[in-house]
Amino acid sequence: MTADHGVAEYGAGDLVQLLTPEGLRLEHPDYPLEISEDELRGLYRDLALVRRFDTEATALQRQGELGIWASLLGQEAAQIGSGRALHPDDMAFPTYREHGVAWCRGIKPESLLQLFRGVNFGGWDPKAHNFALYTIVIGAQTLHATGYAMGMQRDGSENAVIAYFGDGASSEGDVNEAFIFAASYNAPVVFFLQNNQWAISVPEERQSRIPLFRRAHGFGFPGVRVDGNDVLACLAVTRKALQYARDGQGPFLIEAFTYRMGAHTTSDDPTRYRLASELENWKLRDPIERVKAYLSRNGLADSAFYEAIEAEATEFAARVRAACLSMPEPKPLDIFNRVYAGGSPLVDEERATYDAYLAGYEPADSVGGR
Amino acid sequence: MASLKQFKLPDVGEGLTEADIVRWHVKVGDSVAQNQIIVEIETAKALVELPSPFAGVVSELLVAEGATVDVGTPIIIVDVASTSGGVDVASTGGGGGGAGGGAGGAEQPSAADTLAATDATPATDDAESQPSDRPADTPEVNAGTGRTAVLVGYGPRDDSPVRRRTRTPQTSAPAAAASMPAQSWPSVAPAVAVPNGSGSGANAETDDATAGVLAKPPVRKLARDLGIDLQTLHGTGPDGIVTRSDVEAAADTSRSGAPQRLLPRGGEERIAVRGVRKATAQAMVTSAFTVPHVTEFTTIDVTLSMRAVARLRELPEFVDVKVSPLLLVAKAILLGIERYPMVNSAWDGATDEIVVKHFVNLGIAAATPRGLVVPNIKNAEALSLAQLARSINALAATARDGRTSVADMQHGTFTITNVGVFGIDTGTPIINPGEAAILAMGAIREQAWVHSGKVKPRWVTTLALSFDHRIIDGELGSRFLRDVAMFLEDPASSLLARL
Repeated sequence: MTADHGVAEYGAGDLVQLLTPEGLRLEHPDYPLEISEDELRGLYRDLALVRRFDTEATALQRQGELGIWASLLGQEAAQIGSGRALHPDDMAFPTYREHGVAWCRGIKPESLLQLFRGVNFGGWDPKAHNFALYTIVIGAQTLHATGYAMGMQRDGSENAVIAYFGDGASSEGDVNEAFIFAASYNAPVVFFLQNNQWAISVPEERQSRIPLFRRAHGFGFPGVRVDGNDVLACLAVTRKALQYARDGQGPFLIEAFTYRMGAHTTSDDPTRYRLASELENWKLRDPIERVKAYLSRNGLADSAFYEAIEAEATEFAARVRAACLSMPEPKPLDIFNRVYAGGSPLVDEERATYDAYLAGYEPADSVGGR
Repeated sequence: MASLKQFKLPDVGEGLTEADIVRWHVKVGDSVAQNQIIVEIETAKALVELPSPFAGVVSELLVAEGATVDVGTPIIIVDVASTSGGVDVASTGGGGGGAGGGAGGAEQPSAADTLAATDATPATDDAESQPSDRPADTPEVNAGTGRTAVLVGYGPRDDSPVRRRTRTPQTSAPAAAASMPAQSWPSVAPAVAVPNGSGSGANAETDDATAGVLAKPPVRKLARDLGIDLQTLHGTGPDGIVTRSDVEAAADTSRSGAPQRLLPRGGEERIAVRGVRKATAQAMVTSAFTVPHVTEFTTIDVTLSMRAVARLRELPEFVDVKVSPLLLVAKAILLGIERYPMVNSAWDGATDEIVVKHFVNLGIAAATPRGLVVPNIKNAEALSLAQLARSINALAATARDGRTSVADMQHGTFTITNVGVFGIDTGTPIINPGEAAILAMGAIREQAWVHSGKVKPRWVTTLALSFDHRIIDGELGSRFLRDVAMFLEDPASSLLARL
């Protein structure tokens, strides 16, 4: 039995860390980071607002307003750090948990709720934000990302692609195929693996005999493990990996070593498979507290700053809630309008059939139109 | 002016149809904030806490603890008009304007992020304009269509009028007990089965019901301690105040007569078997009728152990932790298992193998508000005595709060059940499925005992060990039990002998 799951490895020699859980700044020879005071405060604000958003979304699910929610609690630093490393013209391919990255890409957080409320299949224009739609199929987006990167390569683009996935996805064929293609074609793609220790109920150690970042070496490209709860380290390492890809050196794997503090989704109950002591250990490594400790210790922020962020977060959460509750409900036939841009006789026929079917059920005046 | 909002039981787990109401965190009259946890529910998948969608004052709890309710059933009514400031209820009614612009999004949203701002249908605040047969029915109604837009249960239930669950039949407690049963676990005090576990506090929930009775706080406390319901008393003090002597007199009659609160006269009561009770029943039937149990007893003088407990309490390592005889019993078992590892094993009928565990996950049976649970201390064999004491304390505290996780209860290898805390001498415990033995510790009483040739008052207890006779023969079971007993009779010498 491993009573203290994942803890033995944390802080081991391979881990890139620039800010300790106690808020002490470290230097790393390979990943120097220059960052202004404003940027530091901005990162704190990102982290705090994204967490508040996530809390509100979880509450909305518990109140019956969302069908399901995948919480990012605990993974804020991995997402904000990597998300803020991206250039606007870089392309990101998320899973369904990348709410922090979406925030960095300028997507209105309430847009993220549309999929989870079931009012549409996305909620944003991927091209406008260079942020693909959430992918529910585990690991599939790593193939999309690799293909996209190969396309960029052929277009002579100077940008890079980042593909998000988790430790569970790393066991899937898609991810391994993506690694092979990316390596074979030297595609400018950064694989950003958030190792949150649990693939629903399967612990990481069941999935790999070696630390996940070392898998990259077998495919012939570099792999680095970064403290996924350290926003500065995630920022520095992702910046360097993206530059590596842009410079034409090919793919790069980052394993952000972090922890899913909440359930896999709101349908999951983690107390059935993991011990309370493990959660307590990870609480001590909170990604936000260490930034706060650093800011406070160095006089970069005072209580007025934190109070202002808190007030902003409260207002923000109320806005998200209001937006969620006022989302227009889709009509049953809307789905047929999204199949072909130019229409299709088959779809038209299906629409007519379904319309007739619905008409057979409802009193004409009870539903506000189809 | 009241503005009532209902909260319907949501589907918290993709396609669930019902849930059990485990525990209300609020009562009628409480103020609640938006997103404050109001109730714990248990679904087929998980124990889940539900946050309030409204800020306001709890007007009514529509379902009792222990009830199973369908998704979509209203469970609570909150008066949102009584809220003073705070989050506006427009958030539940979908106030159209609030969505746009706003405080600190990342960058400007692009036109692609079409949302409510342009085409959202303004929703009515339905609370005050409801037809009388559907009072404040839904949190959200789209104007013009009359359709509910809430996602609860994946679609509105047109056929569900406000339905009130019939409450579990209970005592003849007066209606002032509102919509909550005074006690959902009528007969067992919510005490954890470890020594010094207090059996009091069982009646704390009745405070609510007695609020209308005049009595001074010390008298209320006395009544609570004695299990007397103030509502049932006729106060003889000025203005009908219930006095200390009224309570004492009632206590005398209730002692001489039948316990008046717990046994309603006549009739019968049917209690649905579910949750922890169901799990317990299944486990006990499986164990009792597949495992050939043998139980052995030994009665021993534990005076030296009691002295050791007293001494340990004074050591610096133990200052902030509760030391009880259970700790020594646990240690005795761990040492016994070291000598007789076969006791710490499991029968695998599928492969015809005995699985001997090289670690001890020591289970301790606990009576909790939710029923019997057996959390275990993982790798207890590796713990120092002080660590073991801390683990027992933590386990008991977690169980008492009803927060024991399933993982905490899985993979046990040996169990202790402490019936002594209930003042019982011994019993024939049933083995926890997946284990080979269980030890019951009885009450430790001062008794006349022959010690060094003379009858003296000594601390005496009885240990009972049930074991799986497929794995453990009488000889092994007896040796193990004797080994545990010898340690408790003289812990110091037993330890020295093992050096």
